[in-house]
Amino acid sequence: MVRFLVARLLYAVPTLLAISIIVFAIIQLPPGDYLTTLTATMQEQGQVVDEAFLEALRVRYGLDQGFLVQYGKWMTGMFQGDFGLSFQYSRPVWDLIAERLPLTLLLGVATMLVTWLIALPAGIYSAIKQRSAGDYAISGLGFLALAIPNFLAALLLAYVGFLLGQNVGGMFSPEFANTPWSWAKIVDLLAHLWIPVLVIGLGGTAGIIRVTRANMLDELHKPYVTTARAKGMPEGRLVTKYPVRIALNPFISTSGWHLPAIFDGEVIVAQVLALGTMGPLLLSALKAQDMYLAGAILLIIAVLTVVGTLISDVLLALVDPRVRFGKA
Amino acid sequence: MTLHTELPPQEHGPEAESDPRVKGTDAAQWRLVWRRFRRHRLAMIGMVVMVVMYLVAIFAGFVAPFSKSSFNAEQALQPPQLPKFSTEHGLHVHPSVGKTNLETMNLEFVEDETVIIELGFFVKGDSYQLLGFIDADRHLFGPKEPGERWYPLGGDRSGADLLSRTIYGAQISLSIGLLGVAGSLVLGLLIGGISGYFGGWVDNLIQRVIEIIMSIPTLPLWLGLAAAIPPRWSSTFTYFMITMILSLIGWTTLARVIRGRLLQARGEDFVMAARLDGVSSAHIIGRHLLPSFASHIIATVSLAVPSMILAETALSFLGLGLRSPAVSWGVLLQDAQNVQTLYSAPWLLIPGIAVVLAVVAFNFVGDGLRDSADPYGRRD
Repeated sequence: MVRFLVARLLYAVPTLLAISIIVFAIIQLPPGDYLTTLTATMQEQGQVVDEAFLEALRVRYGLDQGFLVQYGKWMTGMFQGDFGLSFQYSRPVWDLIAERLPLTLLLGVATMLVTWLIALPAGIYSAIKQRSAGDYAISGLGFLALAIPNFLAALLLAYVGFLLGQNVGGMFSPEFANTPWSWAKIVDLLAHLWIPVLVIGLGGTAGIIRVTRANMLDELHKPYVTTARAKGMPEGRLVTKYPVRIALNPFISTSGWHLPAIFDGEVIVAQVLALGTMGPLLLSALKAQDMYLAGAILLIIAVLTVVGTLISDVLLALVDPRVRFGKA
Repeated sequence: MTLHTELPPQEHGPEAESDPRVKGTDAAQWRLVWRRFRRHRLAMIGMVVMVVMYLVAIFAGFVAPFSKSSFNAEQALQPPQLPKFSTEHGLHVHPSVGKTNLETMNLEFVEDETVIIELGFFVKGDSYQLLGFIDADRHLFGPKEPGERWYPLGGDRSGADLLSRTIYGAQISLSIGLLGVAGSLVLGLLIGGISGYFGGWVDNLIQRVIEIIMSIPTLPLWLGLAAAIPPRWSSTFTYFMITMILSLIGWTTLARVIRGRLLQARGEDFVMAARLDGVSSAHIIGRHLLPSFASHIIATVSLAVPSMILAETALSFLGLGLRSPAVSWGVLLQDAQNVQTLYSAPWLLIPGIAVVLAVVAFNFVGDGLRDSADPYGRRD
């Protein structure tokens, strides 16, 4: 187990490195460099452009040098806690992200939990009761859920909420937006959280239901199940003890891939529902070519995904000994 | 190939009299696939919907009552006008003009019942070019008098007919999915083929690269790349850039499928036989391996198209994909960004229905293909 863990951790390092290079290359793509955009923004806002300030930035981030030097300075800066400056907000990038990271994580984790809580029982049920009305209903709903773009789902839910007179946008009611944390605020947050969680989890839930159902169907028709049944094992115990456990394996190993999907959904849904998460921040940063802000968010999302995949791999190794010994 | 034809059929559906075992023992693989596909009711429905949608997109100029650029600013956000019928005028609608109600500050449309716009089939209207080169001005349906306006599904923010715009939008939204997948397929075949056929360290390297790409959330990556497209570029160029971006990121799944299939097929006896006969690698891949799982690849591809359509819609919706004056479903949905607009003009969501319809149809067809392409397929 220790060897597996070490190997897996070591393997994450080049992945992260490659991702950071890709991210930096992407934020470098738009024509024009950071300083010209910064100068233009400052002039638009009627600020006096301080040449010495620009020069300091140029030296600090190596802006007049090649790609590799700039990348190197960006990376070393980040290890020292300097994520660069956002010219849109004229504030350090890290401060902006730190404000929104907790809510983003909360939304992501909540979505994942809800997805599992709905999808697993539904998938197992739909496999056990194959071709029943319930199975058809679940599969039909799943098809629809996969087909509805999540921004459309968000718009529809928001619209229905609006017709019912409920305030659906944002994470908090206006009266709680700027108050310190309290029980009332947490309750208010939960009252708002369910819509984005449902919308973001929609596609993932449908996907997991399909996978679980297919896995279960594979297992349920295997001879060992028939043997156990012939020996008189109670049906409920039979199903939960063996097929469910085995059908869970592929599901755990792919759960890391659901994380990127959650972030995908988060960007769009947060934009439609005006949530205070990282999605809208990323979108506006990309549109305004606020490169350090956009780069840092892209990188953080990617790192979270890699960590998530790592966790799911370790979980799989815990559940399945074959993986631990590199045989599956 | 004959290997497959000797297999007994997997399913005895209601049409057992057309059982391939009885009269089709020498049928080509494709005919067997088609036979199984035809029994898949949902897949057949999906295919009919798909064909109709593509036909509408190809003949958009004829099917749409107006051209995509014709609008009347006074009728911005005009609600849908249902045609009425009378023996005197046939099918007709009354024009209406929007006025802001000074008490509620809402835009209200009042029909002018004295004026009548007669509707008909095969009417003369805006001129367009059929298939891009035939000049024409006949429309399947619309107001009989050229120049008059009708909003069967309501008007958008600029006062253009939403139905016509949705029909024109199909041209971009439906083609970008196909083109994007075609690009992914080329990349996937090439890279997945190399990876699966040669194996060893090449395979290892390619698989690691694919894993890295897959571990990056796609939408932020798309957004990042799309944001790099300068807004001043022409619509056509942006269209091709977006297609390229979609296929650049979408190839990984296809490459994995192809690799997996190749690895599996590499050990088959017929490949070994060919190799012992001294057949070259390229010939083995092209002549023996690819045909043996081409149907499976087609199924995977048709399941990839909907995700491309959704991706384009999402990008354009967020304002980082295609931009007006280009018309795609995503661009049209941009109008419906917030709840207030939706409240006053819920019909702006209609392009979204088109998206859902197209995606469901493709998914049904893809599922049907996958089930019928696999001779050993599980049926559940």
